[in-house]
Amino acid sequence: MTAESTRVAEQFDDAAQQREAATLGMWAFLATEILFFGVLFAAYTVCRLLWPDAFASGSRHTDLPLGTVETAVLLTSSFTVALALRDVQLGGRRVAAWLFVATATLGVVFLAIHGVEYHADYEAAVIPGLRYEEVGPLAPAKQLFFILYYVTTLFHGLHVTIGVVLLLVMAWRVRAGAFSPDDHSALENTALYWHLVDIVWIFVFPLYYLVGRA
Amino acid sequence: MNLAEHAPPSYLADGVTLRSWLFTHDHKRIAILYALAITFFFFLGGVAAALMRLELATPAGDVMSAETYNKTFTFHGVVMVWFFLIPSIPNTLGNFLLPLMIGARDVAFPRLNLFSWYLYMAGGLFTIACLLLGGVDTGWTFYTPFSTMFSNSHVLLTVVGVFIVGFSSILTGLNFIVTIHTMRTEGMTWFRLPLFVWSMYGVSLVMMLATPVLAMTLALIAAERLFGVGIFDPALGGDPLLFQHFFWFYSHPAVYIMVLPSMGVVSELITASVRRRIFGYRFMVYSIIGIAVVGFLVWGHHMFVAGQSMYAGIVFSILSFVVAVPSAVKVFNWTATLYKGDIAFGAPMIYALGFVGLFMLGGLTGLFLAAVALDVNLTDTYFVVAHFHYIMVGGAVMAYLGGIHFWWPKITGRIYSEAWARFAAILMFLGFNLTFFPQFLAGAEGMPRRYHAYPAEFGLLNVLSSAGSVLLASAYLLPIGYFLWSLRHGERAGPDPWGAKGLEWETDSPPPTHNFTRPPQVDENGPYAYAPP
Amino acid sequence: MNLLPRASTFAGHLDAMFYTMVGLSAVVVLGVFITMLVFAVRFRRGRHVDRSGESHREMGIELAWTLVPFALFVGIFAWSIVLWVDMRTPPSDAATIYVVGKQWMWEFEHPDGQREIDTLHVASGQPVRLVMTSQDVIHDVFVPAFRVKQDVLPGRYTDLWFIPTRTGTYDLFCAEFCGTDHSRMRGTVVVETPADHARWLATHASASLAARGKLLFTRFGCAGCHDPASAVHAPRLDGLYGSTVPLADGRQVVADERYLHDAIVLPASEVAAGYEPVMPSYKDRIDESDILALVAYLKIRGQDRETSHEPR
Repeated sequence: MTAESTRVAEQFDDAAQQREAATLGMWAFLATEILFFGVLFAAYTVCRLLWPDAFASGSRHTDLPLGTVETAVLLTSSFTVALALRDVQLGGRRVAAWLFVATATLGVVFLAIHGVEYHADYEAAVIPGLRYEEVGPLAPAKQLFFILYYVTTLFHGLHVTIGVVLLLVMAWRVRAGAFSPDDHSALENTALYWHLVDIVWIFVFPLYYLVGRA
Repeated sequence: MNLAEHAPPSYLADGVTLRSWLFTHDHKRIAILYALAITFFFFLGGVAAALMRLELATPAGDVMSAETYNKTFTFHGVVMVWFFLIPSIPNTLGNFLLPLMIGARDVAFPRLNLFSWYLYMAGGLFTIACLLLGGVDTGWTFYTPFSTMFSNSHVLLTVVGVFIVGFSSILTGLNFIVTIHTMRTEGMTWFRLPLFVWSMYGVSLVMMLATPVLAMTLALIAAERLFGVGIFDPALGGDPLLFQHFFWFYSHPAVYIMVLPSMGVVSELITASVRRRIFGYRFMVYSIIGIAVVGFLVWGHHMFVAGQSMYAGIVFSILSFVVAVPSAVKVFNWTATLYKGDIAFGAPMIYALGFVGLFMLGGLTGLFLAAVALDVNLTDTYFVVAHFHYIMVGGAVMAYLGGIHFWWPKITGRIYSEAWARFAAILMFLGFNLTFFPQFLAGAEGMPRRYHAYPAEFGLLNVLSSAGSVLLASAYLLPIGYFLWSLRHGERAGPDPWGAKGLEWETDSPPPTHNFTRPPQVDENGPYAYAPP
Repeated sequence: MNLLPRASTFAGHLDAMFYTMVGLSAVVVLGVFITMLVFAVRFRRGRHVDRSGESHREMGIELAWTLVPFALFVGIFAWSIVLWVDMRTPPSDAATIYVVGKQWMWEFEHPDGQREIDTLHVASGQPVRLVMTSQDVIHDVFVPAFRVKQDVLPGRYTDLWFIPTRTGTYDLFCAEFCGTDHSRMRGTVVVETPADHARWLATHASASLAARGKLLFTRFGCAGCHDPASAVHAPRLDGLYGSTVPLADGRQVVADERYLHDAIVLPASEVAAGYEPVMPSYKDRIDESDILALVAYLKIRGQDRETSHEPR
């Protein structure tokens, strides 16, 4: 490792301190995200306990095949980003860059499938505030299901989008040789962020697509 | 070697253009940017308070319409809570002092720090826009369904502004946590940290973990306003109490965001003025962490009469008593620190002692409210208003001002006028008590809060309160005068004008941009190892 | 609380607790203040006094002023809980008065049909339970002289109870911010002797609440499904109030005022076992005070009292 391969920002004493700070910072940020999404999961839990039938009915409206594909896509993307990181750790550059691009592409695929779902929801008129035509005694409480579904998936989608941008930026920087096996904390943090995005979906999928469907 | 020739410029002299300030990475300059902004918002919120006290001086609602009054008290609450109290100490004194106190050159993420200030300003802009467009009338607590389905005011604009400023809070907390964990200088172990640093740690935990809950809750309010559908509306089968749970889950820890830093400041002011180590350092540290953690468990005490179950009331009551214990310990420890001390009574010490007294009164009245049966009568009355103003204004604001006075020489390189400062501090103490003590009595007599016009029997107490507010307002204006004067004509300060311990006093006043010209020496005997006189 | 009259059985107990706490607080404040003063004078800078020596019993002192306050707090907590449980447990013989709060007025409905706006007449010495709901936003019933307070919510019933002890006229305030005229949403509670109150009830009688409810039951078409002769398979309502109802999702609920209210406005939320969720919702079609009348009627439906009630 040569001195110029590790740029240490002026507030840090050395590269080790910089790395430690970046890692702790990312974990702290992930903690805040858990609390942010936690509100939606708490609200879901409360509403589900109060109106189990309406929520089960709402679950049946979600597209299980598409949801499953989305889950597979995101899980695969977590795998590719982990592989990318591994490649950088082993001194690689080209393969890693392509793996970052692949991860980002999978993220875009996820968003596209979600777009298809939203379109179908619009056709089925289950978007409260925009187009909601459910009737019947369960309709009012079912609306709560859909409100939570859209707020949760929209915020999640926003995080996916940010992640895609980050991944592409990282891919470009990896290609340009900005990282080395000893100095790639930005990549580690990007991967951590992407894993968070994945984990949030791992909670969303069962809660909204699986539970009570039968 | 002539050190003066090689001495780096102070952070104030290091670049004089507007650009050098607005694009700075220096935590000390960012602290000043925050200080200017929060002072502006303090006076904005203060004008709202003055208007309220003007209206309340007489029982009839004759100064403004009911709707205007409702918008005024809402504005006062929103501005004072989110744009003054929460950022005041952490973002000004915390930003300035934290790296200095731990011997670092800056915080862990300086650019994030600057970005946090811009987020604050953006949030502030939304709030001002709301004011100019006609205001919001829901109270700073935004209870549903009034705020979502019934209010005809600019709820969305306000909620977006608070949402944005919340992220300023979250990122500041994140920055501080990482800074304290990773950037302490050689020899600065955890239990050699000054209590102010510990209070920054505690407050950062709360800012980081509680504020995201507020953010999402406000997002849900916004969704309900925008699309007419939501989970808090009983007409849809939603639950207005769910909103209150989410809101108070953040807003109770928020009051600890406001008070923990002030406790940290007071510990510094007292030890420096008494030139003696704090009594019970470890207990003080555990109290800070205890308050931060247990503070997350008591939110239901805001909802004793809201429709919660009787059992929830019991649980939240005992937890609220538990959280009062560490605060009591701190008051006793500060008092014990005076024993065998070498006590000087400059303005910082007057502010610190004022804090201890007023915080104690505020805290004791909190016990009345924690006793759930008593709370039934006292909640939603002026008793609660007085309780939280004793802690927030008598406590947090006085600690903030005491800190500004104490570190003024370090921040500006100038000494302020001690005579004027003491006068202002005493005037503030007296004006404060005249303003808020009568409110305890009014509330205990049954005067409800958020009342634009009130029954005539509360007239005398309100006149006293309004009179006090005139004194208090004057006391707040005085520091502007003598501080500004000191910038031009004040005596220049050396590195350590108070003879205080702490790494910040080992560098010049004002410090150079990178804080230290040589690595600071950490005293192995701890943060307050004063020699006996 | 010194100028505030004590007009309920709670007031004396709560004031005793309040003043005890004031006394304890005064002791603490004086203790700390005097200690601070003594230390500040004795150890002020420039005074030659012995400042040597470290305290060796720090841990003991710390524990003392951690545990003693905590013990005191637990004592206060326990005392407060005794009062709290009492305040939250209305006696079974309490007279029930229904309250509807709406921007910005109060409606009180006595069981025998007397309706009052903003004023509430009660008899001294007799327990009263207020069952309350809101037509719009959250309000709050606060009677300082009785030391009672309870938020009033839309979409559900909340309650409070008291026994008035002194005749007189007392303020009632709305104590939860509810919009423009929140501070004008006031009322009065008039406490009369039982004899005077009986006279008042007699002179202000109209169709009893339950009789009004019976008329509404027909007007809104409830009988169309719930009458025994109906072709629709709908639950029988006779003697329903107070019984335990098995629900379609396996739960069991007690048919109290809340259940009956929600059955009318949110029928799909608690479908009775063995029935289809076909009942339409009457939300926004029947206002809260009419729902109270229906509930009052359902409480006596199928009992002897139903037929003996006649409008006076």
